[in-house]
Amino acid sequence: MADESVAIVLTVNGRRWELAVPAQRLLVEALRDDLGLTGTHVGCDTSQCGACVVLVEGRPVKSCTMLAAEADGADVLTIEGVARADADGKTVLHPMQEAFRDCHGLQCGFCTPGMVMQAIALVETADGPLDEGDVRQALEGNLCRCTGYQNIVKAILEGARRMGRPVMASAEEAV
Amino acid sequence: MQPFVLARPETLEEAARLLAEEEDVALLAGGQTLIPTMKQGLRRPAMLVSLGRCRELMGIREEEGGILVGAMTPHADVAHSPVVRRALPGLARLAGLIGDPAVRSRGTIGGSIANADPAADYPAALLALDSRIVTDRRQISAKDFFRGLFETALDPGEIVTAVHFARAKRSAYAKFRHPASGYAVVGVFLAEMTDGAPRVAVTGAAPAPFRWREAETALAAGDWRADALRDVVLDPQGLNSDPHADAAYRAHLAGVMLRRAVEELA
Repeated sequence: MADESVAIVLTVNGRRWELAVPAQRLLVEALRDDLGLTGTHVGCDTSQCGACVVLVEGRPVKSCTMLAAEADGADVLTIEGVARADADGKTVLHPMQEAFRDCHGLQCGFCTPGMVMQAIALVETADGPLDEGDVRQALEGNLCRCTGYQNIVKAILEGARRMGRPVMASAEEAV
Repeated sequence: MQPFVLARPETLEEAARLLAEEEDVALLAGGQTLIPTMKQGLRRPAMLVSLGRCRELMGIREEEGGILVGAMTPHADVAHSPVVRRALPGLARLAGLIGDPAVRSRGTIGGSIANADPAADYPAALLALDSRIVTDRRQISAKDFFRGLFETALDPGEIVTAVHFARAKRSAYAKFRHPASGYAVVGVFLAEMTDGAPRVAVTGAAPAPFRWREAETALAAGDWRADALRDVVLDPQGLNSDPHADAAYRAHLAGVMLRRAVEELA
């Protein structure tokens, strides 16, 4: 039974992969172990911490709680895929990554890939202007064990601005 | 996770056939409960039948008397659906309070109600809005569907295909969220049906969701203000008690959530 593998096709960060995976292979395992994309982290492995958040068809998912086979045919975006190369081939960080750097939105950095992916999903799917409350709600499933939430929230609001999304100023940012 | 065989049928008919033929098989919807449960070894099915490719189980549409939500519709779609937001804002709000954004991308209404977690949110809306649970065999009224702790009226191999919600004039949902799990310690769904009748259903408080008749009677008197509901008290007898909240506290929370729902009513 264990050798029963499933043939799947994943498009990860724009590159197409054909894989044969065991049925029980999790998406995060396929990304990290099969594709070597270790930017996506496994924190709790119980769907609580959000370190493993990636975008599947543009939606945030916890890749530790999705079978790789369930992503068959899907477009997957991981932290490795958000930066761009400029005309000279130099890496240009995603505005959200830059905002995390500029606002000191990371301490140990372990939760950061999931935070950034969740933040990008929030900004890209928001109906209207974002405020601090929206950001805090969106982070319901992302834990930072350094407890560096203040600057993470600040970074996401700044990242949203840089992505062209209207942001409502809040008391938070005046600190 | 223990190895298993994965089947990915494209039609409901094929899924039903696999369920009938195979031993030790589980249905995979969004997997937000099943996968963690399997990782912990609490469930070890030999085969999973994924419903992820059954397009016929997805989507939301208006129909005679209400809204039909396909079983494989994720919570995020219900939360953002213009149809649901217009017709049943309380239901959209409820869906947007389930778990967290990533859980809402994957978790489905069919998976949630078939699992019948006593602290799940949807059951309150189903009971309040006279829902019919549509399966591959029949339709089951919500009041007959939820039987107890993780127990439903579904027969072995029966597949939930959609949920029909009756229209309401106004609806609201208020929930006291468990701060770690996001599940409802107590959730109250409130609706004013098209004939003016009040509906109040409670989840999280007891082994199964229930209609709160005393609250409905009080609202039927016509005063829909939170202050007018101060004397409506839920009997703690038979309510859940756990280290997070004992029965008396849950009864108290039900009153608070009822009044918050009245204030939110839209």
